[in-house]
Amino acid sequence: MNVPRFIVGQRVRIADRTPPVHHRVPSYAKGKVGIIERVCGMHGQPERFVPGDGKPFKQLYRVRIPQTDLWRGYKGVPGDKLEIEIFDHWLEPAE
Amino acid sequence: MTDHDHSRTFQPDHPEPRSEAALIGLALRELLIEGGVYTAEEEQAMIASMQGAAPENGAKIVARAWTDSAFRQRLLDNAAETIKELGFDLSPLEFTVMENTDTVHNVIVCTLCSCYPRTLLGMSPAWYKSKNYRARVVREPRAVLAEFGVELPQQVEVRVHDSTAELRYMVLPQRPSGTDGLSEPDLAALVTRDSLIGTQRDLRGKVP
Repeated sequence: MNVPRFIVGQRVRIADRTPPVHHRVPSYAKGKVGIIERVCGMHGQPERFVPGDGKPFKQLYRVRIPQTDLWRGYKGVPGDKLEIEIFDHWLEPAE
Repeated sequence: MTDHDHSRTFQPDHPEPRSEAALIGLALRELLIEGGVYTAEEEQAMIASMQGAAPENGAKIVARAWTDSAFRQRLLDNAAETIKELGFDLSPLEFTVMENTDTVHNVIVCTLCSCYPRTLLGMSPAWYKSKNYRARVVREPRAVLAEFGVELPQQVEVRVHDSTAELRYMVLPQRPSGTDGLSEPDLAALVTRDSLIGTQRDLRGKVP
């Protein structure tokens, strides 16, 4: 039933879209590629809480993205990372 | 609806609300209770539980992890379940602990609002909620950490955790050296609120 679509270590791309409802994907992460850091279980969709109850629940993941991929001219160390929670319906497999 | 009894739904030591926003808040709270969404007793229990929340709770968890390696491993694998062993419960939120090591430093933020494990650690500091911290710590974490006094060498990787959905985070700071003989309560006393967020790394300051 609720077998996660992605596994830890898999490369994923975060959708670059802005639905006209409350959603929990910050602009800086849209369109970015990272790897699944962990699978976090089924949770209510933020987009569906205002008009309803968040259902159907979706799989939540933590995605790890290199900081140098997020910010042009990132002043840090190449190994620095950002980790963020993203729902299944915002993710697609990436090369 | 005409016979409102504030004493039923409202803390007796609160002053009467003055602003429109406070009145709307009070009205909403009364409607939720009258509509049976939750009871006044449940609200009181939640307030009491939040008032018991403080960084000392996180410090207790850290001290146990420092002295019990099996507990530490369980905590990193499944923090939400493991903290129940110490009497803490954040469900339905997914509590998660990120461990600092010699080569990794973790720092927590919520860029979209100000999510924080409040029912465990109490109210978050004002700076945690500021737009300045929220916008900058994702973009230039090393610069922000330096302003907090955390100077990270090149070989230490920074991991910024943006608390965007259902997880609430706490950092497991490193146990400072020179603490071998200390008891668990003495170890807990070394742990600061900022070290649980990741804006402090070195806890040697209070080692006796």
